Amino acid sequence: MNEFFDSLVLWLQTAWANLSDQFYVNFIKANRWTFLWEGFCVTLKITVLAAIFGIIIGIIVGMVTFTHKKTGKLKFLNVLFQIYLTVVRGTPVLVQLLIIYFVVFASVDVDKVLVAVIAFSINSGAYVAEIVRGGIQSVKEGQFEAGRSLGFSYIKTMWYIIIPQAVRNIIPMLLNEFITLLKETSICGYIALNDLTRGAYIIQSRTFSPFMPLIAIALIYLVMVLLLTLLVKYIERRLTKNAR
Amino acid sequence: MQDNNLLIVKNLKKYYKKGEIKALDGISVTINKGEVVCVIGPSGSGKSTFLRSLNLLEVPTSGEIIFEGVNIADKKVNLDLHRRKIGMVFQQFNLFPHMTIMKNLTLAPMKLLKESKEDAEAYALKLLDKVGLADRADAYPSELSGGQQQRVAIVRALCMKPDVMLFDEPTSALDPEMVGEVLDVMRSLAKDGMTMVVVTHEMGFAKEVASRVLFIDEGVVLEDGTPAEIFDAPKHPRLQQFLEKILV
Repeated sequence: MNEFFDSLVLWLQTAWANLSDQFYVNFIKANRWTFLWEGFCVTLKITVLAAIFGIIIGIIVGMVTFTHKKTGKLKFLNVLFQIYLTVVRGTPVLVQLLIIYFVVFASVDVDKVLVAVIAFSINSGAYVAEIVRGGIQSVKEGQFEAGRSLGFSYIKTMWYIIIPQAVRNIIPMLLNEFITLLKETSICGYIALNDLTRGAYIIQSRTFSPFMPLIAIALIYLVMVLLLTLLVKYIERRLTKNAR
Repeated sequence: MQDNNLLIVKNLKKYYKKGEIKALDGISVTINKGEVVCVIGPSGSGKSTFLRSLNLLEVPTSGEIIFEGVNIADKKVNLDLHRRKIGMVFQQFNLFPHMTIMKNLTLAPMKLLKESKEDAEAYALKLLDKVGLADRADAYPSELSGGQQQRVAIVRALCMKPDVMLFDEPTSALDPEMVGEVLDVMRSLAKDGMTMVVVTHEMGFAKEVASRVLFIDEGVVLEDGTPAEIFDAPKHPRLQQFLEKILV
């Protein structure tokens, strides 16, 4: 029995020494942790900016496609946006990123972060547009009629009556979209942009040990997603509490 | 044109599917100030479509709707300005669920008529008191019963100080015990001289309150007369049939 314990203790000691050694080599030595930190900042920057522009694009596109469906107006814009939605939602985001970097900006020297923000904004905007349109559509027709019958114009009815109700349906779905967006930015390495995932990849290529850096970034993504999920739950609770 | 004519409907037609379905097939009616016109007819007869055409919630295929001297069916007319003067009450109440009762009542007067908050609230409260709901001003619509919601909906329309009120089956979605309270409000409104057009299945109300009854079937007005003429001496066979069925 003693022998078993001795060997277990020895194994644990070596394992610990091994791990702390790995930790030292992968993160402490030559300040390698900065790859992760800088990558984290880049990932965050791309996600936040793409989320903001995605919302702007999404609201415009969603409102136009909805308005066309409801009133038959804005025909030209609607056709344009339908093409946009079909193409963006029908192709992989990685392919879109590659096209924007290697084709659209082929002959221009452009900041890669900007390229990523553009690609992910365009991509996210399409999904946000569908969320916005669905959210507005879920407001009952009678609400429109009540607004219009009082003398509110189409735009004022939307602004005072429909959108405040649609927002309740939209916000939780929107946050879920941004969780997806955050995770999708991990493909930025394909255009040699040093995001969080590529930070781990760089460390791995120097230390030849994939375990530590990959587990580390997995944890970082996980914590970010969990925080966002908590936010979704909190907001959902707030919204249902006030929903009458 | 006489001064008395508030609403003149001329040859109103509403076709669906390129004329296959004729919801309204040439309706011409003149409604005078102070009249309470009840519109009756079988379901699917076009009576709701007729009412909803009066404020252009349904866009007619052809015809004229002359409200206070202006053909509001004309696309060049700024419809929103005229709709302010035409109050509407829906079967499903359609109160704004995200606003308190008071905000429901004051939104349009404040945003459209540019009334001050104080004026709008004072007027709303006065009307709310008339329908017995002054104490519910800070409640949300979902906290009220159907009958209370419909009374609020009537007040919401009245807050715009309309010249005519349209009612689209205002008691059809209510539990039976709540029908009375809504009809009471409408009755006192009629007594105050409001011009009203009411699509209803409440024949008792039509008999008692209406100054005129229209019987619509298959998109045309088959009979137009006083309640006594319509209910006691119906001429058209379809009206006779209809009344037999419902007045058992």
